[in-house]
Amino acid sequence: MRVRPQTGLDIDGFTLGEKLHEGGFATIWEVTHPLYRTPLVMKVPKILDGYDGPTIVGFEVEQMILPRLTGPHVPKVYGVGDFSVMPYVVTERIPGESLLVRFRDAPLPVSDAIELAARMADALHDLHRQHVIHLDLKPENFLQRPSGEMVLVDYGLSRHDQLPDLLAEEFTIPMGTFPYIAPEQFLGARNDPRSDIFALGAMIYQAATGKLPFGKPEKLRGVRPRLWRDPVPPRALVPDMPDWLQEIILRALEVDPAKRYQTAAQIQFDLTHPAQVKLTARGLKQRQDGAGVVWRRWWKMRGVKGFAAPVSVQEQIGKAPILLVAVDLSPEMEALADLLRQNVQRMLVTQPDMRVACVNVIKTSRIAIDATVDDEGQNLHVARLVGLRHWAEGIDLGEERLTFTVLEGTDPAAAIIDYAGHNNVDHILMGARGHSSTRRYLGSVSSQVVAEAHCSVTVIRRRGADEAAEPEAAAAE
Amino acid sequence: MRIAILSDIHANREAFAAVLKDVEQRRVEQIVMLGDIVGYGPDPEWCCEKARALVEAGAVAIKGNHDAAVAVPDTAMNITARRAMEWTRPRLSPEQQAFLSALPMQHRINDLHFVHASVNDMQDWIYVSNEQRAMPSFRVSDARVIFCGHVHVPHLFSCDMVGRVQEQRIPAGASTLPLIRSRRWLAVLGAVGQPRDGRALAAWCLYDSITNELTFHRVPYDTGATVAKLRGHGLPESLAMRLLMGA
Repeated sequence: MRVRPQTGLDIDGFTLGEKLHEGGFATIWEVTHPLYRTPLVMKVPKILDGYDGPTIVGFEVEQMILPRLTGPHVPKVYGVGDFSVMPYVVTERIPGESLLVRFRDAPLPVSDAIELAARMADALHDLHRQHVIHLDLKPENFLQRPSGEMVLVDYGLSRHDQLPDLLAEEFTIPMGTFPYIAPEQFLGARNDPRSDIFALGAMIYQAATGKLPFGKPEKLRGVRPRLWRDPVPPRALVPDMPDWLQEIILRALEVDPAKRYQTAAQIQFDLTHPAQVKLTARGLKQRQDGAGVVWRRWWKMRGVKGFAAPVSVQEQIGKAPILLVAVDLSPEMEALADLLRQNVQRMLVTQPDMRVACVNVIKTSRIAIDATVDDEGQNLHVARLVGLRHWAEGIDLGEERLTFTVLEGTDPAAAIIDYAGHNNVDHILMGARGHSSTRRYLGSVSSQVVAEAHCSVTVIRRRGADEAAEPEAAAAE
Repeated sequence: MRIAILSDIHANREAFAAVLKDVEQRRVEQIVMLGDIVGYGPDPEWCCEKARALVEAGAVAIKGNHDAAVAVPDTAMNITARRAMEWTRPRLSPEQQAFLSALPMQHRINDLHFVHASVNDMQDWIYVSNEQRAMPSFRVSDARVIFCGHVHVPHLFSCDMVGRVQEQRIPAGASTLPLIRSRRWLAVLGAVGQPRDGRALAAWCLYDSITNELTFHRVPYDTGATVAKLRGHGLPESLAMRLLMGA
């Protein structure tokens, strides 16, 4: 490194302003560039004199991964600097502080912790979808856009499934941040996206209780006990925490990755559908496990070398998809609804880890008072829920992987698309009514969903169901 | 500049043609062939002619050990390679033989270095298949990226600022790898005409000097046709099996 960063330095068209932050491994500078109006920051690694292996490799990894990421949950890259002059990465500046500041106020009100957790899970799922495992999730690596989305920063320990893993070649000691590091990552694994789920669980625990689930180990040795010692149940610390939230947190913190949530999208789904979280002993437990149980776990774990990891991040996400089934409950559509259910059953044969969200839409009128706000509307809502449950009888899935939601909206297709987008739905399954001229002119709900949804859509149609034209979207009257 | 790099064509017309077709669709500005145009395969004349035409149109070809063995028999070759070479030699015209023997041993384009086997001791045709064997090439050449063939199995090595050489995993699929400038790189290409990494697909690489990214491409070709010709000419059955298994 021939040039050192300082205020006023010009490099590749960027002009350094004030130093915004000085961390252990890097400094962050405000920078400007004549071409860009967006506020920018430059991150420059603090490379010690001589050869500073870990910092250099971490920065090389970040330089490889960051430019390939897109979307609202990662900072946009504007420039990358050469090591021969001065290594740096210039990204857009996300205003505000990291979650570290927010976490100083922990325990946060439960509702705030839930909202924060859902947003973090959403950002994490987006990262996993782009083949990246972060491997160093902690409050200081989350920033929040003014629009609400979380932005994940610092990819110095990350792994991109489709790129060489420079860090795996470099180090044999586990890397990560001790309070949040997952057991398998502690054992040296760098290829399991569920390690991020564990760290996320530790962060939700911290946000909701103000405590770290496994304390703050100073030495690597202090990390190992999490292989057998369970954390204090969050509700023992925060009595007014709902049992379902404890269920979510402790499930994310399971030692064996196979027992955790399998994708971040599934955590997010549960956080936003609390009434449908299936409670187990996890959610209800009041105190840490007794000495006997812990001892047995220690005995089992004392020689463990690792846990089975998925083939790839993509495979892991694909294995546990979220399927949205839009069900039309009107009596004349019964045959179509039956066909829809048969299709769900068939899909479950090939994708047993799939999660199914059954959805029905109540179409509200654009004008006048909505019928749904009065008693009758409330009854309609309940009736639809009952109808959905009845429809789903025969779908052989545990309660926790089958959910029922009644949406309301003036535009049923838009309501379905919106719900799918917010819940990271991977696939929509819905029926199409028969052909009719009205539908051809006005457009059908299913064709609008096919055209506008951001995920795969399968449309089921009954052969020979060319009955007379139904009023459009009777699904939702 | 977008450079297509092809290695070890080995007289496999079907594979060579399939790769060239793929190359054509990817806006390539320069073709570099890393040697072993002939040897093993049943179509040395066609492959030689095609390579010559490409060179006349601006492509670069360098010499491989099989190309060299046409003029000077190579006693270090295994029996199968020698038998195939004895079958190949009389089929090539004097012009084709002259073309092969006049090929250069290496080529440089700015900070890129192209050789058939290794940069060090080129005449020894060293197989760069591990870190120890990659190290001397980094020492002899000052290029930022070195491209080799000869092994028929793709490998990727990096050499960091303090000169440590490490093999890097090449992820499955046609992934695009950034050859970050803080390191020097050595890429060993898979073979066009006789892959040996367990996948019976023709291999080639695209390097983009602007984005500094390397992409390993694989292309299916009609292995059945090539195998039928090999058998028809009475060439060793092991060569046919190699093409079918890709190993």
